[in-house]
This record gives sequence, C-alpha cells and structure tokens, in this order.
Amino acid sequence: MKLLTANFLTCAVKGCKAAASSYPLHFKDAELELQEIDFQPEFIHNIIPRIDWEGLRVMANELGFPKIPDLKPEGDALNDEQTMRDLHRLLLETHVVEGRLCCGNCGHEYMIKEGIANFLLPSHLV
Amino acid sequence: MLPTPCTAHVPFDTIYEPAEDSYLFLDTLSSASETTWLIQQFAAPSPSPTILEVGSGSGVVLAFLVANSPTILGRADVLSLATDLNRTACLATRETVAKAIAAQQQTTTTTRPSTNPDAAPASHSPSTHANPSMKSTHLASVQSNLAASFKPGSIDILLFNPPYVPTEAVPRAPTAADFETGDAAATRSEQFERESYLLSLTYAGGKDGMEITDRLLADLPRVLSPRGVGYVLLCAQNRPREVVERIRGWTEGLDEEGEGSRRRRRRGRWCAEMAGFSGTKAGWEKLVIVRVWREDL
Repeated sequence: MKLLTANFLTCAVKGCKAAASSYPLHFKDAELELQEIDFQPEFIHNIIPRIDWEGLRVMANELGFPKIPDLKPEGDALNDEQTMRDLHRLLLETHVVEGRLCCGNCGHEYMIKEGIANFLLPSHLV
Repeated sequence: MLPTPCTAHVPFDTIYEPAEDSYLFLDTLSSASETTWLIQQFAAPSPSPTILEVGSGSGVVLAFLVANSPTILGRADVLSLATDLNRTACLATRETVAKAIAAQQQTTTTTRPSTNPDAAPASHSPSTHANPSMKSTHLASVQSNLAASFKPGSIDILLFNPPYVPTEAVPRAPTAADFETGDAAATRSEQFERESYLLSLTYAGGKDGMEITDRLLADLPRVLSPRGVGYVLLCAQNRPREVVERIRGWTEGLDEEGEGSRRRRRRGRWCAEMAGFSGTKAGWEKLVIVRVWREDL
C-alpha cells in the first residue's frame, strides 16, 4: 500500500463519517518499504492538485519524514526538483507493509498485513 | 483490440473467474463512444484521475482500464485503487494490475509530441515535461465493504461488477475474523464451506439481485468527486431501465460548497445512460452497463 493511499481513506464506521477527526487516519507501528520507480515529474505535478495537503502533512510528520512544505506547491515551486523528488519518494515509492491505521474519532484500528489494509469491521460495529 | 490482462496467477477457488460480464466491461470501456466520453471528461491537464474498482475480484477490469489508460483516458498518470471483501482477491488484484502495467506500458509512448526545441527542463509548462515512459500506478488494494473506506469526493472513476443474481437473501458480510485462519487445521468440509461462502459473495444479490448494488448506488453521491463517474453492471432481472430512471431523479450531492471562503452553490443533475449491453433477447438486454455521473445545469 503506497502512502498516497491514506490521503483517500477514512474510517469505515458509519458514525464517524460526519466527524472531522476520522480523517486522516493515523499510522501506528508502520513498517515501511521503499520500492524505487522512475521519477516522473509530470505525474507528481498532476497528483498534487488531487492531494489534501493538510492530511499529507500530518501523515508525513507522524511517520517521521523530512518536513514537507507548509503549503501545497504551485507555480514556480513545481519546478523545484528536490521538492518534486521528495514528494515522489513519499507518495509513490514508499509502501506500508505492516502496521495499523487508527481513527482519531472512534479509536478503531485497522490492521495492515502484507500491504493490505483490512477495513472489515467487527460485527458489533457494522 | 486492446489486450486483456493476464489472470493466470489468480486462485479461482474463492475468486470470481472473468466471465461474460467482465468482458462486457472491457468492451464497454474500450468502445469508441465511452473512450470519447472519458477522454473529454478527464482531459489533461487536469489532476490525475483516481480509479476505484469495488469488489475487484481477479482485478481484470481494473487492470484493463489502468494499463490501457493512454488509449481509453488519453493519459497514463492514473491512480489505481481496489476494494474486495476477500483478502485473497485483494492480493490477486494487486498482482493483476501491476503485471498489466508492466506488460503494456513498458514501450508505450505518449501521444503528445515532446519535441518542442524551446522546452527547457525547468519550463513552467508541465506539458513540455512529457515523459515518454509515463507509467500508471496501483496505489493499494484495500479489504473493505464496497467503498466505505474511501473519503467523500475521493474517486473519479468507479467500476462495479456487482453480485447481481437474485437470491433469497444476501450472505452475511464477512468480518475481520473470517480471514484469521487457521486454514491448515480446517477439515475438507470446513474448507469447502468457506470457499462456497466466499464465492456466494461474488454473485448473490438478494431481492431482485439489487440489494448490494443499491447500497453502492446510494454511496455514489458521497464518494464520487464532482467530475466523477461510476460504471455499474446490471442484469435484466435487476430492471436496468427502472434503475436508470431512479438515478436521474437523485437529488443528493448536487449542492456543492466551494473550497475556502468562497462559498458557491452549484446546481446540477444526476445523469445515467446505458453505456454497453450484451445478449439482446426479445428486445431486452441480458446484461447492461450503466454510466452514472453528475452534470452542471
């Protein structure tokens, strides 16, 4: 599971849908793996507008990545190769292999095994 | 004809094997009319589209669209996502999509000429960076019930080949406990029962075969982005013409608030159209794929 995925995920519990704190989910005990792929600046340019920047910042921070820019890069900042390479590494090359994703609202933890996050709920939460 | 992804690695004892409905999906997505519509809807430069297949099974439909995205969507910079209740299907889909991308995009050249002599590497225009080796990427397969784990507005293209066969009841939804095996200790009959149960999830649709499809349709206004589109397969017993009419009457998610301080109201309507069908019998289509999207008024 590439780290960028977390930008699109939220808690599966119905009661959490309306709660702001159910996004982003928080990684716990995440075991990361780097799988190098070709650097494609155009791809990163086109992904950036699709990203919720605050959610990404929270995630990068919690996982101990080097600080990413406070604001979403636009205009000239998109031509800063180092920033684009850092984002490429963070978004597309870094995978979560094992660990948990936790909801900040209900506290439920979703297990990640071999890169597959399990969002099936126990019967009492369905 | 675009190549069909390889699924030779998929264990079909608990996963739906690609069949007529899957192939109708491939034919529909690559038809001239859908390709034209999709290229127009997602023309670059615009943000990279996210593509989610719900209940992806073998992953053949998702892999087909993603690996052939330069032809079908006019761009390779797409983000692939999948959900399935069955963990084995999640693993299979991940492999199917990765293999299809590797097989079909290694020699792909972008359709956009990048020979502009003025295009310096640090140019402001992203288009001059056109990378001839642009490759799509599979972000994740997630074990999840329908699209419940995705946040509002996160999906641009959603694909769903549902369990559409009318049955007396829908099987219970699996819980995390169903996949904490224990398989080695299972007897043959226990294993058979487990496999039958998991397979029933791939076809059993309850009343009119619509119970699961209705749940997914009800979630579309939430999970689709403003430019988002859903493709959902129906069979004749699902009464596709009635489903299309129902969708056209939806009112959910039509008022959208703009980002930041600029609050704007947007009026729109839900649209549904039969994008593909097969097996016409006595004037009725056996299988239909419906395209669902929102349009500004």
